[in-house]
Amino acid sequence: MTQHNRFSKGGQIDRTTPQQFVFDGKSYEGYAGDTLASALLANGVRLMGRSFKYHRPRGVLTAGSEEPNALVELREGNRQEPNTRATTAELYDGLTAKSQNRLGSLRFDLLAINDRLSNFFTAGFYYKTFMWPAAFWEKLYEPIIRHAAGLGSLSLKDDPDVYDKGFLHCDLLIIGAGPAGLAAALTAGRAGADVIIADEDFRMGGRLNSETFVLGDDSGADWAAASVGELQNLPNVRVMPRTTIIGAFDHGIYGAVERISDHLKTPEAGKPRQILWRIYSQRTILAAGATERPIAFENNDRPGIMLASALRTYANRFSVTADKRVAIFTNNDDGHRTARDLHAKGVKIAAVVDIRPDIPRSTDYEVLQGEVIDTKGRLGLTFVDVQLADGSTRVLDCGALGVSGGWNPNVHMTCHQRGRPQWNDTLAAFVPGADLPQGMTVAGAAKGDLSTAGALEGGRAAALATLDLKTTNVDLPVAEDAPIALKPFWYVEGCSRAWLDPQNDVTVKDVKLSHQEGFRSVEHLKRYTTLGMATDQGKTSNMGGLAIMAELAGKSIPDVGTTIFRPPYTPTAIGAFGGRHRGQDFHPKRLTPSHQWATEQGAVFVEVGNWLRAQWFPRDGETTWRESVDREVLATRASVGVCDVTTLGKVDVQGTDAADFLNKIYCNGFAKLAVGKTRYGLMLREDGIAMDDGTAARLAEDHFVVTTTTANALPVYRHMEFVRQCLFPDMDVQLISTTEAWAQYAVAGPNSRSVLEKIVDQDISNDAFPFMACANITVCGGLRARLFRISFSGELAFEIAVPTAYGDALMRRIMDVGAEHDITPYGTEALGVMRIEKGHAAGNELNGTTTAQNLGMGRMVSKKKDSIGSILSEREGLNMADDLRQIGIKPVDPDALVPAGAHLMKMDGPVDAAHDQGYVTSACYSPNLGHAIALGFLKNGSERLGERMRLVSPLTQIETEVEIVSAHFIDPEGGRLRA
Amino acid sequence: MIIEHPLLGPRDAAEFTYMGDAALIDRPDWQSQTAAQDFYEYGYLRDNPAGWHKELWFHEAGDRSWLVVTRNTVTHEISTVELARDVARARGRSK
Amino acid sequence: MHDLQPITALGRTEPCVDTFAHITISENDGLDLASVAARLGFEDKCQSTLQSLLGAVPGPGKAILHDPEAGFWMGPDQWMIDAPKDTHPLLADVLKTRFGETASITEQSGAWVCFDLRGPGMQDVCERLCAAPIRKMQAGDAQRTVIHQLGCFVIRRADEDHLRILGPRASAGTLHHALVTAAQSTA
Repeated sequence: MTQHNRFSKGGQIDRTTPQQFVFDGKSYEGYAGDTLASALLANGVRLMGRSFKYHRPRGVLTAGSEEPNALVELREGNRQEPNTRATTAELYDGLTAKSQNRLGSLRFDLLAINDRLSNFFTAGFYYKTFMWPAAFWEKLYEPIIRHAAGLGSLSLKDDPDVYDKGFLHCDLLIIGAGPAGLAAALTAGRAGADVIIADEDFRMGGRLNSETFVLGDDSGADWAAASVGELQNLPNVRVMPRTTIIGAFDHGIYGAVERISDHLKTPEAGKPRQILWRIYSQRTILAAGATERPIAFENNDRPGIMLASALRTYANRFSVTADKRVAIFTNNDDGHRTARDLHAKGVKIAAVVDIRPDIPRSTDYEVLQGEVIDTKGRLGLTFVDVQLADGSTRVLDCGALGVSGGWNPNVHMTCHQRGRPQWNDTLAAFVPGADLPQGMTVAGAAKGDLSTAGALEGGRAAALATLDLKTTNVDLPVAEDAPIALKPFWYVEGCSRAWLDPQNDVTVKDVKLSHQEGFRSVEHLKRYTTLGMATDQGKTSNMGGLAIMAELAGKSIPDVGTTIFRPPYTPTAIGAFGGRHRGQDFHPKRLTPSHQWATEQGAVFVEVGNWLRAQWFPRDGETTWRESVDREVLATRASVGVCDVTTLGKVDVQGTDAADFLNKIYCNGFAKLAVGKTRYGLMLREDGIAMDDGTAARLAEDHFVVTTTTANALPVYRHMEFVRQCLFPDMDVQLISTTEAWAQYAVAGPNSRSVLEKIVDQDISNDAFPFMACANITVCGGLRARLFRISFSGELAFEIAVPTAYGDALMRRIMDVGAEHDITPYGTEALGVMRIEKGHAAGNELNGTTTAQNLGMGRMVSKKKDSIGSILSEREGLNMADDLRQIGIKPVDPDALVPAGAHLMKMDGPVDAAHDQGYVTSACYSPNLGHAIALGFLKNGSERLGERMRLVSPLTQIETEVEIVSAHFIDPEGGRLRA
Repeated sequence: MIIEHPLLGPRDAAEFTYMGDAALIDRPDWQSQTAAQDFYEYGYLRDNPAGWHKELWFHEAGDRSWLVVTRNTVTHEISTVELARDVARARGRSK
Repeated sequence: MHDLQPITALGRTEPCVDTFAHITISENDGLDLASVAARLGFEDKCQSTLQSLLGAVPGPGKAILHDPEAGFWMGPDQWMIDAPKDTHPLLADVLKTRFGETASITEQSGAWVCFDLRGPGMQDVCERLCAAPIRKMQAGDAQRTVIHQLGCFVIRRADEDHLRILGPRASAGTLHHALVTAAQSTA
């Protein structure tokens, strides 16, 4: 018989929409509106999982997100999601789920042997047991533990679904849509405020859906539905079911996860599975409700033993009973409600066991004063042993036991900014403290107002106060206002295998043991026993542990204190945090103006920051990258090559003080640079270390274009703005980045001029446009452009820039007109080879530890002016006789490799850090010289040219004899530049 | 965090880049007799208080203003936010 | 007259248009852009030229949606001016003449890609892209913010369902992808 635990009527389920689902390979039927847990219970399935350590049979404990036990692997294949709570998984047609943490079947778990070995697995068992021998840890212990422990398994496949991020703004965020949240939302919404009301459940209403109370003339559930309906029609209110507020961050920022597609078999095309919202709220009302807590007694973890309120939720909301015969164990009046509701639906109440002396009586069922001292039933509850107040015992025959130990207000979100909750004696629970996150008010059960009337009134009052409204526009319905009359009671005396934290298999005995072993701080208790860890973060278990600690230490519970509550409130998929930023979209791509053309040429691209740059251009027949790069280098030096250098940072510097400003940011002088000229500049950090280098071209008296290295474009711009705004605020200088405004190409090689002469409309002969000249020009009959005669390669070279939209056309034109000189496009590898051959420093040399002195540019640091870094560059420590100096390196054996990162050692003596002489920064094969070359730094290097040294790389086990040479391997006199 | 930009109103701290102690505005005089010592202290000796602190933040993804933010490093409370340029001028910096 | 053919930021000869039931995303290739930054001591004169150019001076976080030249505030004493490319092919030169020594003018046409988002889903799409408080923004509100790690300007135009986004041109493809996926998400 299907759904034999479903009542024939009632509940907020849609019986006209049956839904088929599969659990552990077996098919079942439930209804729309069910959770996986309620549908399983309806089908008489109590056993839903195995425990973490002892592999004990477990069923559902709760009906909400606090669930520690009923964790499943939801869905199949690459959509499989481990550790999903059956109590929150919304049922859909075609749902599949598997129980987890078992070896073999759920009913006959082979690792249930662990339960027999429980003495071995007590608190701290890892720390005590796997100490010795040390080598066994990695090879033996850890693999075994990893296999046995843990929760669900990962699919190890790519998640096929997408996750969005989004941003919302509101005057008032209401967290929770129970009676307090709805009353607050109606009050604020009707007053016209911009309201967001979010609830983790797919059906809003909170406990109103789980109770049989009436609100005025309606059932609680109907009142909630009507209220939600009204809110959905208000344009200023955003109603967000299936949305968990996961954290309260600084200044009214909240994180929220909206589950868009988790209740569907697959997301709709293009739609995300979840959205991670960042909510900016002016004010917040926390109406997150309260969570019932259990009482610990011997063998209290059998399937069928659950919170009394959960039994009520299943009965009233889902029209399901966990069993036909139910008992209740309580220390407060609320437990009796469950008995009344179930009895009214025809469930046999075996008895209500209440620990209090003056307990409410019932004519419908037996009420016993006493305690539950043990339970029986291998895969599910069958009997409950009760010890009565007079010392006699009773055995109750039942398949479900509802336990109520009182209610804990959900204070988590009040503590995310380091707030501490306060103890409330009446509730024997923590309630929100005074130090709430900025802008937050708490209402309803979350504040400790546990009655429906109190929640409604509190919600309305919080909204009125928050929005500073004088009169209300919401008439609250009459609702129950009963106290729960609780007598604090945490565990049954004499129990030992009584579970406090069923998820981590932490028992009363474990807490006592950890106390005995000296763990006094609650944070230590948590780490040692694992109480309150993992997916439920101890929502049902922490209080029991604290109470036992307090008792053992002879302290009060508030003196013991709580562990710190941290986001997220419930487990959150990593995919939601990643959003769209994964795979190809992990970071944005920046494409150069010639990208499309380079793609057509078959270029191989390399990521440089976010830029994609052509690394080399392979040709037919070339089998290695070196062949392509060597060809590009030789062709450029022999005739002409072209390279996209748009990625270099460009900053437009204008103003009457522009030259003075450059004098501040560069260590060398710029004031006297003539209009129409370009100069190399070295920027230092204030501590005297080189920061970046580039060129500054003076286009007009009050206008420069500064270039930076590709990697440093952003930090250098930031630094320039710092100097301008914070250090020299009265300089007339204006900055703006123009990196992407211009497509810029280097045309290099002895034939570069004759190529460009076919494009540039002006005279660019050596006389008219000498080395280091710059000018605004036109190309191809009138297109505005800029020309710079600068060279990174060491050849006669130009850099030509046009507005970016014309970059593609210009590259194609350069290739066309350069064909007669066999113009060769080159990539970043050839660029690198040529600059090493020329001895130009780049990022490897300006590596954040080197000074102008080290780079051989010490004399560039002007002493006649103030510039950033000039004073500290004179520090004694940066000016020692044996300072590092940039040098060139070549192997004695022309076939030898010179690895970058290798260190220089003297020909004899030890190879160790103490005898280190220097290191290689950049290395390549020079096709012009026919052997490897390198740049590096060597102690007192400029005085050691010609010295033979050992180059060692212990990492790659290479040792090579090298000769120290000038860093300028090609054209040291610079004649080619000026040709 | 939310930084109340003096021109643009409340903006998410994610739009900013942090640099640290606003004392970096008080760059020493390079021609002073004690310049070496002054620059050493300027560069290396900074306060790192648990509590109220004047800090430099750059509105990198916004208007490119450097701001001086007075922030409690313990609670993240922000009391005042000023344009660093105004602060620099008030402290006597010019050109 | 030169003979080089420009391409759009997305690398095509014609601007790209993506049409959904709730929103249309159009690449706007027709804008010439230039920045104006007041010279020190000439702030008032610069602003009066702006006033005569746009009819008003855009304040912080604002745009003046004037025709044919429009402008928005970029930073203290700094504005971006845009005008149709067809009628203002050399906007930076025109502005340089007009502002003279009172402002630094920098050509920006090549630096940006512009997308116009129009349709009833505009606000929903914007909420998936950036932190701009789109439902509170009025016509003429302009914010610089971050979309998919890219610094962008977001401008509420005159029509209630019209949003203009200016983003870095080299990342036009990334930005376009982000806009299209947000449109699919909210369809």
